[in-house]
Amino acid sequence: MEPDLGELAIETRELRKQYGRIVALTGLTMTVRRGEVFGFLGPNGAGKTTAVKLLLGLSRPTSGRGQVLGAPLGGVATRQRIGYLPELFRYQGWMTAREVLALHCELARLPRPSWPAEVAEALELVGLADRSNDRVETFSKGMQQRLGLGVALLGKPELVVLDEPTSALDPVGRQDVRGIIGELRSRGVTVFLNSHLLTEVERVCDRVAIVDRGGVVAELAMTDLVAEGGIRIRVTGPVDAKVIAGRFGPTRQDGEWLVVASIADAQVPALVAELVAAGGAVHAVVPEHRTLEDRFLALLGAAPAQVAAPAQVAAPVGGSADPGTLP
Amino acid sequence: MSRAALVIARLTLREALRRRLLWALLGLTVLLVVATGWLFGRAAELTPFEGGERQLILSQLLVMIAFMFSFVLTMTGAFAAAPAIGPEIENGLLLAVLARPVRRSDVLLGRWIGLALVLVGYALAAGYLEVAVVALTTGYAPADPLVAPPYLAAEALVLLTLSLAFSTRIAPVASGSIAVVGFGLAWMGGIAGGVGDYLHNDSLRTAGTVAHLILPSDTLWRGAMFGLEPPPDVLAAAGSQARIFTVSPFFAGTPPPPLWLAWCLAWVVATLAIGAFLFRRREL
Repeated sequence: MEPDLGELAIETRELRKQYGRIVALTGLTMTVRRGEVFGFLGPNGAGKTTAVKLLLGLSRPTSGRGQVLGAPLGGVATRQRIGYLPELFRYQGWMTAREVLALHCELARLPRPSWPAEVAEALELVGLADRSNDRVETFSKGMQQRLGLGVALLGKPELVVLDEPTSALDPVGRQDVRGIIGELRSRGVTVFLNSHLLTEVERVCDRVAIVDRGGVVAELAMTDLVAEGGIRIRVTGPVDAKVIAGRFGPTRQDGEWLVVASIADAQVPALVAELVAAGGAVHAVVPEHRTLEDRFLALLGAAPAQVAAPAQVAAPVGGSADPGTLP
Repeated sequence: MSRAALVIARLTLREALRRRLLWALLGLTVLLVVATGWLFGRAAELTPFEGGERQLILSQLLVMIAFMFSFVLTMTGAFAAAPAIGPEIENGLLLAVLARPVRRSDVLLGRWIGLALVLVGYALAAGYLEVAVVALTTGYAPADPLVAPPYLAAEALVLLTLSLAFSTRIAPVASGSIAVVGFGLAWMGGIAGGVGDYLHNDSLRTAGTVAHLILPSDTLWRGAMFGLEPPPDVLAAAGSQARIFTVSPFFAGTPPPPLWLAWCLAWVVATLAIGAFLFRRREL
């Protein structure tokens, strides 16, 4: 069912952007619901940053239409309700971090009495409180990106657009950003996350759109990825497990494991009960979800779709220092 | 004027102060004033002329110093404005600003106001200081000593505006270079017009008029020259000996007509509007 327009933070229909002969976006159609963390993925040159610029009104579409927070694309007033961390982040080097944040409070038209609290909160949130009076030109790239994140969060925006927000951050910084995004989600803020880091997107996003050659090739919920995976089960005993499991979904043998694809979560107890009733000994049942990377590569035709691995191996949860990146 | 433009103007002013641009200019001015004070003192001592002729010679010396000062001033304006927009788009500084409820025209106008305040403040302070030092060291004062510095400031504003408008689309070096060449061509156009007037030659007159229409910096320079010259009675008293000065490229017999001053104002507004249009159409 189509979501109600009021529930949508972003809605685009056939957005096209052409620079001379080069077509950056061929027809972007997507929807982002309010309050969700939305991942925007695609290979280099897919048109991701162009799409972000169109959403923010920094660039005008050649054709097509769209709405952000209920207003047509390009509305200056809407930007008051949006926080943005550009991929190419840079702030006035001659100013201190505190001054940069105060400047953006003013540009965002926040009431002057709220500035000190807004600035202090942003500094605390991004871990720059102890460097607040230092000039930005003395900051490392990572610290400048943290500052940019603080700038994007000023004034409690309804929509936060983060374009590669962890490109300059170390693993600790990336974990901090995940924490901040989680907090934004709990406050009901919509987050539009443009990132190359697939495992990062997998961990924080509710839904993703995968773009390629200027258009969305798939929009999917992260829960769909889990549901798509099925299970792998290890059974011993005098039972033809493959025949029984075959009634629940397509199967294949993977060593001592039997993989049952596309089985609904609710059907798993019934499968186990049947196997046991037939005399089988069920040693383990492991949910088999496909990683975002599997799906991404499959959609872009870079790898066979059926390649799958156990969830606990392919999608580690926690502060991994080695997130997957796009090819 | 929008609030955002004022925020950007204040930001530009703060940057000029923080980056010590203003202080560097003021330091150079002190140096210039001390040097020219000494020069004028020596010239006043050494000149064999008296009365009106002495005043004419000192005024010409002052006009030539003012010409050098106007060149420094206009180049300062042009090269301060040349990197004001384009490079800040390319390095990402403006992306964060323009994602706020800020129009591109606000950024352009704010930049113009901030730079104009720095430039005008510097031109007036340095200009009046120079006139005062010359009066103190030589006793020479123009007919109206208040006139010339505002003309010099306005002349620099013309080049600042041109360079800022170009900075929305082209590289700073190109933008600054266009301003330098424009300054030179407009000055030569003005001289051609003056020679045309003297020789009653319509082609040269037209060349001067066209130059003044395309880039009105020379119109304002002529106002500055007129403002540094002695009172008309001194010129009249000098009689035929003053005649040689009237054909000098460093002499203006009359102030710019009000219609031409109105054109200067219209030109600045139109150039800023063109800059805003170019900026609006630029892809970020």
